[in-house]
Amino acid sequence: MSLQCKLIKQTDYFTIEVDFVCPEEKTLALIGPSGSGKTTIIRMLAGLHKPDRGRIECGGRTLFDSENGIHLSPQKREMGYVFQDYTLFPHLTIRENAGFAAKDVQEADYLLDYFGLKHLGDRKPHQVSGGERQRCAICQALAKRPRLLLLDEPFSALDVVTRRILRTELKRIKGERKLSTIYVTHDIHEALFMADEILPVVDGRIERDWLEKIISPASSSGAQTKALREPKLSLVY
Amino acid sequence: MMDFLPLYLSIKLAAISTLVLIGVSAPLAYLLVHVKWPGKSFFEALINLPIALPPTVIGFYLLFVMGPRGWLGAAWEKLSGGGLLFTFTGIVAGCIFYSLPFALQPIKAAFEKVDPRLRENAYVLGLSPVATFFRVIVPNSLNGISAAAILSFLHSMGAFGVILMIGGSIPEETRVASIAIYEAVEAMDYDNAAKLSLCFVPISYLFLLFVNRLSRK
Repeated sequence: MSLQCKLIKQTDYFTIEVDFVCPEEKTLALIGPSGSGKTTIIRMLAGLHKPDRGRIECGGRTLFDSENGIHLSPQKREMGYVFQDYTLFPHLTIRENAGFAAKDVQEADYLLDYFGLKHLGDRKPHQVSGGERQRCAICQALAKRPRLLLLDEPFSALDVVTRRILRTELKRIKGERKLSTIYVTHDIHEALFMADEILPVVDGRIERDWLEKIISPASSSGAQTKALREPKLSLVY
Repeated sequence: MMDFLPLYLSIKLAAISTLVLIGVSAPLAYLLVHVKWPGKSFFEALINLPIALPPTVIGFYLLFVMGPRGWLGAAWEKLSGGGLLFTFTGIVAGCIFYSLPFALQPIKAAFEKVDPRLRENAYVLGLSPVATFFRVIVPNSLNGISAAAILSFLHSMGAFGVILMIGGSIPEETRVASIAIYEAVEAMDYDNAAKLSLCFVPISYLFLLFVNRLSRK
């Protein structure tokens, strides 16, 4: 399912003004420095923030249209959202969390098994590691069978090894389910690994030449520059 | 022989008031914490007035509101055919108003402590605000709700001025323990006053101990 959006929103520091498309079954990475408006953009897509003006269309459905006064609630947007930090429900077990919004209980069990969490099903979130919690958060979002998956720096709180394992697992299941995904990150390597297309966001605007600027031949290694040009071959750490 | 009826009435009054107070305070706290509406701070200050006003002043105004010409008394009379003043139902209603801030504040504090992202996550997962309230906010605020229940119970048990104003001292109806103690002292029946007073101490102490434990969690 593809997503098209044009968003304008005044923040305390700058005006967010973006216009982009996420093609069907593709992953789009929004990359940029901290505080550049990436999270606000993804929150507007999820319906957690209201844009001042613009339009969001997803799979032929209008989710937001300022001209016609359309603003669907997050509940009606049929999107999966994985937050930056752990947002599992602390009073529920890992299994209950994974199946919280599942249309089918077996689906949650399958996902727990897929992400290696089945043996931890009866534990509470505080009794498992950060990586396991974030795996469960992904299960929770996927068990809902969303039409589009939004990921807001989902692995930023994890160590490098766990992060690499998790993004591989996520990429595999995303491919299996043919999900369109919008991925927010400030990590260029993560963006290169996960995304089909990278969209740099700086001060609320898309600056396509930003990546070239920060990793110019003069300031970076040849491997990094090559990685940028050939994202499919890259995994530089 | 000690008359236990006032103590029974006090516990019955406190139990009923507490149940109603939790039922009223939880959604009210949600509206105050999570919903933006005009005049919210004015409304909240009005609800919290019983903390600042002397109980006799509250009782005086309740006399008017709950009297046959007051809006609450008149509405109740239409509904049930009877009056509110000097009845057990009347002192329950008075206690609810009088103890509302003591139930509301701990629940409000507990709701404020729930990570707002949990609510957002529930919304994104498809839960309505009402379902989110019952499935996410309430289960994660149980300590605050329990503390509110205990404080409301104790506050209602100890109510005196308000009850005296709107309920008087009708045996088996509005003569609760706090009033019975006062009357016993007035009649110089110190033996009965001491026995009834002594019943309050362990109950209040144990409940407060429980609140302290909850607030540490």
